[in-house]
Amino acid sequence: MMNNIDKPTSPTGSDTQQAAFDAWQQNYDALIGEDAPVKNRSGIEVQPLYWPGSDPDGDYGDKLGFPGADPMTRGIYPTMHRGRTWSQRQLIGLGRPVDFNARIKKILASGASALSIIPCNSVYRGIDCDEVEPEILGTCGTIINTEEDMDICLADIPIDEISIGLNDPSPFTMLAQMLVVAEKRGIDWKKVTGTSNQSDYISHFVANHMFYRLSLQGARRVQLDTAAYLAEHVPNWNAFSIVGQHMQQAGATPAQAMGLTLSTAIQYAEDCKARGMDPEKFLERFTFFFDISISFFEEVAKFRAGRRIWNNLVTERFGVTNPRAKRFKFHAQTSGCDLTRQQPLNNIARVTVQAMAGILGGLQSMHTDGYDEVLSTPTEDSAKIAVSTQNILKHEAHLCDVIDPLGGSYYVESLTDAMEAEILDVIAQIDAEGGMFKAVESGFVQQLIGASALEFQDQVDSGEQIVVGVNAFAEDEDASARPTLKRPPKEHMEQQVERLKQNKAARDTDALTQALEGLRKAAQSEDTNIFAAEIDAVRAGATLGEIVKVLRDELGFGQPLVVA
Amino acid sequence: MIEVLLAPARVLVTKIGLDGHDRGSRIIAAYLRDAGMEVIYTNPWQAIDAVVALALEEDVDVIGISSLATDHLLVPKLMVALDAAGLGHVRVVVGGIVPDEDEADLLSAGVSKVFHPGAVREEIVSVVEQLAIAANNERPVD
Repeated sequence: MMNNIDKPTSPTGSDTQQAAFDAWQQNYDALIGEDAPVKNRSGIEVQPLYWPGSDPDGDYGDKLGFPGADPMTRGIYPTMHRGRTWSQRQLIGLGRPVDFNARIKKILASGASALSIIPCNSVYRGIDCDEVEPEILGTCGTIINTEEDMDICLADIPIDEISIGLNDPSPFTMLAQMLVVAEKRGIDWKKVTGTSNQSDYISHFVANHMFYRLSLQGARRVQLDTAAYLAEHVPNWNAFSIVGQHMQQAGATPAQAMGLTLSTAIQYAEDCKARGMDPEKFLERFTFFFDISISFFEEVAKFRAGRRIWNNLVTERFGVTNPRAKRFKFHAQTSGCDLTRQQPLNNIARVTVQAMAGILGGLQSMHTDGYDEVLSTPTEDSAKIAVSTQNILKHEAHLCDVIDPLGGSYYVESLTDAMEAEILDVIAQIDAEGGMFKAVESGFVQQLIGASALEFQDQVDSGEQIVVGVNAFAEDEDASARPTLKRPPKEHMEQQVERLKQNKAARDTDALTQALEGLRKAAQSEDTNIFAAEIDAVRAGATLGEIVKVLRDELGFGQPLVVA
Repeated sequence: MIEVLLAPARVLVTKIGLDGHDRGSRIIAAYLRDAGMEVIYTNPWQAIDAVVALALEEDVDVIGISSLATDHLLVPKLMVALDAAGLGHVRVVVGGIVPDEDEADLLSAGVSKVFHPGAVREEIVSVVEQLAIAANNERPVD
């Protein structure tokens, strides 16, 4: 049968090399029998063999260059993982602030080098714990409603010496609380470093919807106010964490997820620029967050292509010359969607392969999933294995010894080019829709992702995509052997609700009312910074629920578009 | 007793509680629609009262609750509220991340079936179809 590799007109090698390739192709075709086309998740057809003739015109300098220099395909820093490895940023959160504090101290002692705070889902919804159904309180994350809660979470943690990630929906109450805690401890805000994880209201509007509290337009206003405030007062804080993870978890292919994320970043950059901010400066504070699926080479190519596109794009669209503003810094998380409930220990192997793809793709920060994530909220034991997986890959497998070790592979370079073309096609589609904001308002993006999710599910249902233990190699299992997480004791949650009530009762009500009124007025006016008013409200003791309520009243309640 | 439905089964696909992940609920809605059922689909975060009101208004046979985090722990409350509203015949299924020890609690609260990750289209469609027939056979006559 015919193989459809384009025959190069002028191969890099000699005619002899081309003849040798043709001879191999003949042998291959004769021996392979029925050779069904192989496509990756992004729909790119993958050939059985790559060689120099697969990319006869490739120019090393244009396409790859050296780490830390344009076009940064091989890495954003000259030293990459050889100099500093990635941050091990495990997401944890459970129960009360005091429980979080105890667990984060253990995780830091076991080798994690940064911390992330995951609040309870009730916090994501913007509701204080005294308004939540008790059955589900504190089962997915820590309850953080007040500045006091944040102070307890961070007890004995040097806020100015460790990079902090906050899973903190707009209007960024956790950040406001943490800044007030730092202020009370006498810590200079200029020394506070970290990221507002997933501070990407567009991705939450489109997929997963967890951080979606305010209307699309309202979230846009809060985002820009916060970015402007932080640029002035907390200059080492990354205000923008632009997320491809949600969209890929919701079903977007790896190429779609990368393209849609870059289109979102373009939208935010245009919004910041329209507000008078300088791209050379604000782009330094852009960070990205991606999913790592088990489609190994495709993920490596996705990250390499993403770096190259971003580098070229900020140069072309925003005229940026500052190398720091061109760096495609990203955190990545191994994909929970690839994990299976069946034979759950297999998930340790899956997470290992995913993590390798992320490391070889050149990430700056990583979360590896617990193998039991698909059974329940991950247990402490599984979180330890997830951290150890990173340490094993780093120290025993020596994945950090060489920068971009897959660079130069005929396959990986060819796939990087093919992924780049797919990603650029997605960006062009979004441009044609009038940019990302309009493309999600109309439901265009949601439909794209929904269709890809169904297509992938059909491949699993039909057995075209084998999933071990699910549609192949299935076994009878003893489910009772599985560990599950202990839920927080009911008394703990009752104590937490009681603590909130006492905290509320102890406040100076005049100061509180005045501060909340100040927040309302800031939201009503076009030229008062909402985030500044929010910090004042936290100083006056306002809770998460009170702040969110004021802003929902003024800026609109957030509901996702139903596209089913 | 009927053994086949005379009209398409009516299924409410929704999420209660605090979680917003909807890949699962959207895929299930598409499966059931493709199988010819009438699907009523909502945004996440529905209150229990809102689900009961919608079930009544839309005269559904089956309610599918999708749960990724721990929102399935609220389902026993939903079962009580459905009974109180005279909707005891409506069958409820739950799909998503449900730990094994919680499954028994849900079944004893009256949930008809819990689907775990890895459940396949044919099984889901056929179970929902059968439950819709059972619900129809028990529907009170007014």
